[in-house]
Amino acid sequence: MAIRNAGALKPAHRRSLLSSGVVFRFGTGFMALLTAAIVFLIAVFLVLYSYPAIRFNGVDILTSPIWNLGNQYGTGVEHRGGFAGAPGASFGGAVFIVGTLASSALAMLVATPLAILVAIAMVYRVPRPLRLPVNTLVELMAGVPSVVYGLWGIGVLVPWIAHAVGPFFSAHFSGIPFIGAGAGSGNGLLAAGLILAVMVFPIMAATMRDVIYRFPQDVFEASIGLGATSWKTVTRLVLPAIRLQVLAAMMLALGRALGETMAVLMVCGSALNSFPSDIFQPVNTIAAVIVSQLDSALTDPTGMAERSLAELALILFVITLSVNFLARIIMRGADRVKRTV
Amino acid sequence: MSDNVARLSLSRRVEKELPLLRTLRRNAWWGVSVAALCATLSLLAAIFWFVLSRGIPALRPEIFVTVTSGVAGGLENAIVGTLLLVGLGVGMVVLVGVGAGIWLAEYASGPARAGVRLLTDVLAGVPSIVVGYFGYVLLVKQLGWQFSLVGGSIALMIIMLPYVVRGTDLALESVPKELREGAFALGATETTVLLTVSWPYALPGILTMLLLAAGIALGETAPLIYTAGWSNYMPSAALTHAPVAYLTYVIWTFISEPFERSHELAYAAATILMVMIVVTNVLARSFFDHLARKQRGVR
Repeated sequence: MAIRNAGALKPAHRRSLLSSGVVFRFGTGFMALLTAAIVFLIAVFLVLYSYPAIRFNGVDILTSPIWNLGNQYGTGVEHRGGFAGAPGASFGGAVFIVGTLASSALAMLVATPLAILVAIAMVYRVPRPLRLPVNTLVELMAGVPSVVYGLWGIGVLVPWIAHAVGPFFSAHFSGIPFIGAGAGSGNGLLAAGLILAVMVFPIMAATMRDVIYRFPQDVFEASIGLGATSWKTVTRLVLPAIRLQVLAAMMLALGRALGETMAVLMVCGSALNSFPSDIFQPVNTIAAVIVSQLDSALTDPTGMAERSLAELALILFVITLSVNFLARIIMRGADRVKRTV
Repeated sequence: MSDNVARLSLSRRVEKELPLLRTLRRNAWWGVSVAALCATLSLLAAIFWFVLSRGIPALRPEIFVTVTSGVAGGLENAIVGTLLLVGLGVGMVVLVGVGAGIWLAEYASGPARAGVRLLTDVLAGVPSIVVGYFGYVLLVKQLGWQFSLVGGSIALMIIMLPYVVRGTDLALESVPKELREGAFALGATETTVLLTVSWPYALPGILTMLLLAAGIALGETAPLIYTAGWSNYMPSAALTHAPVAYLTYVIWTFISEPFERSHELAYAAATILMVMIVVTNVLARSFFDHLARKQRGVR
């Protein structure tokens, strides 16, 4: 920006190619081109590689709950859509798509109210000397690796669900759909949703904290001056004013949750061929199944299982891309609202 | 903005005159809010305690000099592998990411700049497992590198790229206009201004972002499963055609084994990883923050 404004001040003489910056400009321009190209490369290579699977599976990948590599020991192959797969193979992703959406939805349900409460506390109730340490700790929480959350999930969360939460729910809520069955190993939808909630929570809280910080202090004080309590001011003035930014933060967090792999893989119970009828039952997500099915997919001599996993990766790519674009649109809308108000 | 607390103490005094019931209800909700914050911080502490209390006793000296054998042995190959993968990835991201960031801040304009910034943001939203599968299709299959050090590093580079591009872009954008125009007025060329004025000013910000990105890369698993593979041996000098071990893989797989020894290794690996990540984060946030403040204060 500044460099262009200062263009008129530039000396007219140019000493050499290097000092004129041509090499630098084109070198860095190439790197920018490369960065921009990666998104396209990801899309193109996933489409090209999964094309046989797209033809072979048709709409089954979206609608069928059955993931079956087919008969790997026979000699024949089965042709569908012009491409060969193992006889009897069925690559249905419905269970994984449902599991991805359900676990992320559960995570948002748990994490959003908590993140709002914590963001409010961070802005209005943390004394200034404690502010930097608290902010750093919450950001550190976002930096804990996925596998470490998974490790904690296996060691603490899953046993807690199996021994405490599950029995409690089956004792008090039996008969209520989706939450009443409460037993099992602890691996399942609830564990996946809770671990995702813990993981996306710090991102949401940090984003909301930054937004609340920017709420005009004079409006806050005017509200107090009119006799509102500070809490009422927060709920009636601050939160309504930032609702679009909260929604955008939720969308960004949702994008993260949908694509989260390792922690979910370690606690989800890796369901195949069955939908969860209850939050305590095993689920599977697209990201988790891509990891957990790699080894068996590699044994498919026709390669169709591997290509179907690529198709699942493509579906995940499209879902997260849509969610992120939605977040951008909401964010832009929020900025426009702010300017007109 | 930063005076919220001070001003609130004023407003709190005003509120003392309010009816008792309202005061109680207000305090109850503030209590819930603060309790949520405390619960969050305790959860973080509990997770750290869970990992460290099991991992630190398992950190016997010999695991640093022994390679894994099956689900036992040590972690030497995984530690070296992680450092190599992240080191090489950071090396690549310095070239590509810092380069792209410089272009965005210094040379780009109009739709080209908006387009690259948009695509960088889009890349930040791509799930790491999708990046891993892309690496598998392109590097492992198409280019025939098989599971390899370079494949894993490139996948990590793609994960770090959006953060580094954005960080460099923002750091250079924040260089004061007066500083640069002053240099131009003295007859400096674009390149001279970039290298002697903008760059030193922006460097702490760029280094902070690089360290934070390295912290993210250290903890990644999903992009590596499909690109780096796994190996029980020390990484060789081979860049391709040789799988590489890394710490996150140990955590993920060894915890599912039925043996006490493999659990110990998983916790030890998690402890080493957490220490590495906390060190990079603290370095990023305090050391370079300090540098940046000092520099801005001097000027």
